[in-house]
Amino acid sequence: MPEYFSIIFLETYKILFLLVPVLVSVALIVWLDRRIWAFVQKRRGPNVVGPFGLFQSLADALKYVFKEIIVPASSNKAIFVLAPIVTMTLALIAWAVIPFSETLVLSNINVGILYLFAVSSLGVYGIIMGGWASNSKYPFLGAIRSAAQMISYEISIGVIIINVLLCVGSLNLNDIVLAQKKVWFIIPLFPMFVIFFISALAETNRPPFDLPEAEAELVSGYQTEYSGMMYAMFWLGEYANILLMCAMGSILFLGGWLAPIEIFPFNLIPSALWLVLKILFLFILFALVKAIVPRYRYDQLMKLGWKIFLPLSLTWVVLTASYLFYFNLLPVI
Amino acid sequence: MLAHSIFFYTFSFIAIVSAIMLTVSKNTVHSVFFLILDFISISCLFIMIGAEFLGMMMLIVYVGAVAVLFLFVVMMLNVAEQKNEWFVSTESSSHIPVGLLIGLIIFFELIIVIGGWKFKPDLVTSMSLSINQVSTNTHSIGSVIYTDYIHVFQLSGMILLVAMIGAIILTFRQRSGIKRQSYFGQISREKSDAVQLVEVESNKGVDVDD
Repeated sequence: MPEYFSIIFLETYKILFLLVPVLVSVALIVWLDRRIWAFVQKRRGPNVVGPFGLFQSLADALKYVFKEIIVPASSNKAIFVLAPIVTMTLALIAWAVIPFSETLVLSNINVGILYLFAVSSLGVYGIIMGGWASNSKYPFLGAIRSAAQMISYEISIGVIIINVLLCVGSLNLNDIVLAQKKVWFIIPLFPMFVIFFISALAETNRPPFDLPEAEAELVSGYQTEYSGMMYAMFWLGEYANILLMCAMGSILFLGGWLAPIEIFPFNLIPSALWLVLKILFLFILFALVKAIVPRYRYDQLMKLGWKIFLPLSLTWVVLTASYLFYFNLLPVI
Repeated sequence: MLAHSIFFYTFSFIAIVSAIMLTVSKNTVHSVFFLILDFISISCLFIMIGAEFLGMMMLIVYVGAVAVLFLFVVMMLNVAEQKNEWFVSTESSSHIPVGLLIGLIIFFELIIVIGGWKFKPDLVTSMSLSINQVSTNTHSIGSVIYTDYIHVFQLSGMILLVAMIGAIILTFRQRSGIKRQSYFGQISREKSDAVQLVEVESNKGVDVDD
């Protein structure tokens, strides 16, 4: 019995050491997002609370905690309460497989990339549940839009992952990173990286694809009826998802925890820091896109997903496979 | 082994209870959520017997895509009210004998299939199997599916393709009077064919063609 308890305590410590930094960085990333948005538009952004306004998200979170949670009378109570919990949980459990170095990973499973893909495809449930359980028109419309959008863009993300897997020959995330020792996949698969980035924007409902919460049309989409801590949980889950997509992009295309060049000044920096830097780089791109691109119309969004990205990424799979086959580069077990 | 049995019984309990709740619950949307819970616990059981690839595929395909479509249909059609009418109505329903017959047929089919099944000997005795780290699930499934069973695999792909085309043809309708956006047309517009300088005479106006 005691050895079970020690295992449980050890695993709990590991999970806490992973999740607490993730949650703190979510708070910081919200601040960074607003700050970049403001700088692009020549405003100041949040700069009052703490140094450079760093504690702004903390203050916001505190405010949300003390606000009343309103559950609409006509809502489906159980599912209404469950929705933000599902969003938040799914955004956090995916971090279990993200490798921060060759050994620094909570669970190094064989099907890591499939797990990431599965968890990100489950993310749609939090939104559908929230939209349906609110029993109100705007949230429901937002939820339907969001579900259609996420399913469409998931397909092209899946096909892009197949592209990378063809070059690696393994579903393990550490193997994917180690396969990029010679050259990061962003160089041979650059068009796929671009499509992945845009699909990631759509998958996380970021502008210019934030139609599920388009404030000009749907108030704030599926979150309209939520208040207080439940709203904050949606919000945290959303940003944790964005960070996760950035992590996925840096593992698939930017070499994960690998240093750019294995020479003196670079290999002093711990590998976890490289991954964090790459995630930050991708996130800054996300924030810049939010600031400079106008929102897509819904039919344009669907056309982009189904008629442009899907054929393009499928063609690229054929191209990659033929190239690897012709030059006998296919990975063998 | 204790932890394994705890996990095994938890997941199988959830699976069975949610399968029962799926048929019993009166709200159809709740039924779909129980179906999703069932899928998730089944995929956990798959992972426990070392079939990680199957478990993940179960999550991606069934929970991530199929169940979302179910949820869509159920939410849009408002089946809940219709179903309640069936339950409340006093006249004897003719659905029950037919349903029982179909259920029995499926039950016997399952027995026939499972009777001829070949199990790995240690699968029957143990609740969980360790995941093979040397030759992974994915590799072994791929090495079988693309060599020995390639024709069956391709055939099932063709059936899916036919079903997809059929669904598209059934729902496809050509509507007239829709303005379609042409990106190429928009971008390739020049100043010369968009702007025209016209000398407007007084009290005459200009003909504008669209």
